[in-house]
Amino acid sequence: MTTTTRHAPADVAEYAGVPEASQVAALIADAPEPRPTMLRTFNAMMAREFRVLSRNAISLFTRAVMQPLLFVFVFAYVFPKIGGGFMLSGGAAAASHTGSINFATILVPGLMASMLLMQGIMAVTFPLVMEFSWQRTIEDRALAPVPISVLAIQKIVAGAVQSFIGACIVFPIVLFVHAAGQAPHVHVTNWALLALILVFASLLTASLGLLLGTIMDPRKMQMLFAVILLPATMLGCVYYPWSALHHIRWLQIAVLINPMVYMSEGLRAVLTPVLGHMPMWGVLLALIGGTVVFAYLGTRTFTKRVLN
Amino acid sequence: MTGETGLAIRTEDLRKTYTGSRGDVPAVRGIDLSVSSGQFFGLLGPNGAGKSTTIGMLTTLVLPTGGQAWVAGLDVVADPVGVKRRIGVVTQNNTLDMQLTVAENLEFRSRFFGLSPREASRRAAQLLEVFGMTDKRKAMSTDLSGGQARRLLIARALVHRPDVLFLDEPTAGLDPQTRVNLWDILRLLHAEGQTILLTTHYMEEAEALCEQVAVMDHGRILASGTVSELKDGVGAETVITVRYEDLVPEAVTAWAGLADRPGVSKVETEGDHIRVFTREPEGVLGELVTAGSAAGLTVRDATQLKPSLETVFLTLTGRDYRE
Repeated sequence: MTTTTRHAPADVAEYAGVPEASQVAALIADAPEPRPTMLRTFNAMMAREFRVLSRNAISLFTRAVMQPLLFVFVFAYVFPKIGGGFMLSGGAAAASHTGSINFATILVPGLMASMLLMQGIMAVTFPLVMEFSWQRTIEDRALAPVPISVLAIQKIVAGAVQSFIGACIVFPIVLFVHAAGQAPHVHVTNWALLALILVFASLLTASLGLLLGTIMDPRKMQMLFAVILLPATMLGCVYYPWSALHHIRWLQIAVLINPMVYMSEGLRAVLTPVLGHMPMWGVLLALIGGTVVFAYLGTRTFTKRVLN
Repeated sequence: MTGETGLAIRTEDLRKTYTGSRGDVPAVRGIDLSVSSGQFFGLLGPNGAGKSTTIGMLTTLVLPTGGQAWVAGLDVVADPVGVKRRIGVVTQNNTLDMQLTVAENLEFRSRFFGLSPREASRRAAQLLEVFGMTDKRKAMSTDLSGGQARRLLIARALVHRPDVLFLDEPTAGLDPQTRVNLWDILRLLHAEGQTILLTTHYMEEAEALCEQVAVMDHGRILASGTVSELKDGVGAETVITVRYEDLVPEAVTAWAGLADRPGVSKVETEGDHIRVFTREPEGVLGELVTAGSAAGLTVRDATQLKPSLETVFLTLTGRDYRE
């Protein structure tokens, strides 16, 4: 049986994939001279990210839009319409010293910050866990002619870009979706500072995403939501300003370990300054310092995971 | 320093010990290799012999815990980036970029190695043509069959004309047709002067392709040389194995004379089988079966291996390759 199949003419087709010797010779002789530099390789990796991003643009966009859209729809449109005074008074009470502030105003920076965190994790942690498990596809890029740390930094930058885009998508939604008379009080005086805060907040979430992606056990990914995302968001001054927490002093101090707080408060300071917010020096120190610390730790664990 | 001597790969007492929660696990226990430029070199051994760890160290993805290694004249620990520029690697697992198409896998790899987008797409087209995958260029890499994925992995490893091509178990899990097809491609590359280091646990693959072979087991190199040197040196014997339904009684009298037969160098009786290493295999198998029946043993199976890398391995390790 085996002898007949070996010589069966049908198998000739199988061999069509065998190249001509001259073709193979040309493959080696005509190869363009590779001249990699760190910057070229880095740029090529970024180009790859953008190719993948544009391919998945619609699903990424939908993912980014749905959560904040539904959120502002319910809290800034439905609740005021159905006379959800409890929500308004709750929001007002939280910001009692600032007078009549609607909930939409509180939500604008909060939901943008929450989107930053979400995208940072989605863009860095999830793919990374995939790349380290199963087929270890991380080896593909680990073989590119750059130090492994450059690969880690590239992942942070790519993730930060996605976070940044996510926040930009959220902004018009939280700005324009609301019931009549419930418009948020957004007033930007310092665009440069807004840009600076957005950039470092994006880098911070991407760095955190890298660290999580390299230390998480892939089998316990669901825990990420329960243990990291949910507490970070609920206790991240997304739905209330930090200053309002003075009613619960211990909580106001405890939440300071949450990087999310500085993202929300930083954006609050530049977007909705009408609301009380944390001092700017504290925000910047935490955002920049946090980025450096998480990027350093993430790069270290990443390198250790790649080079076993 | 190794460049002057024309060596593509050299290792000195190269070691890797993994430190885990259950203590230290030595994977590679001090190996010395030298592969000259243009050579087709095979690292042969069963699964778990330390081949992948060795290739990992040579390709800079595994850090050695002892000894030294040079690839294309560069120290793998001191200059990993320089080494990565000069090597192409086909890993055992499918590391194709699942988010990209077939052509994009080649294009972006080319760009990682500094080609411009235009050069990269030209190089990708050339590689797809040679590897007969032009019609698949727009397919997502996840949609390829095992054989196609393997071919694309090889094509991708060649984008930057590497000095040394590393292939870790390139045909594992492929059907025989696809395997032979890949062999043909590798032979052509070698004929054009490509230095290749391949690991395999298929004896016939090493015999079919490699000029120089090192047999590896338990993290050590047991023997190395050309296939015929190895056969002449350690494995020029036919190995006859007979397995019985029951355990082999140590002293079946009829077998006592076996060791004194002309040409027989060794007789092993262990568990349910008896194994004879001989240069004159004529009649031995029949004798084992007859003597077994006389002693009331039923034969389950019997094999007679002509001198090959398989008998080399048997002779060196004392155990069946597939055990």
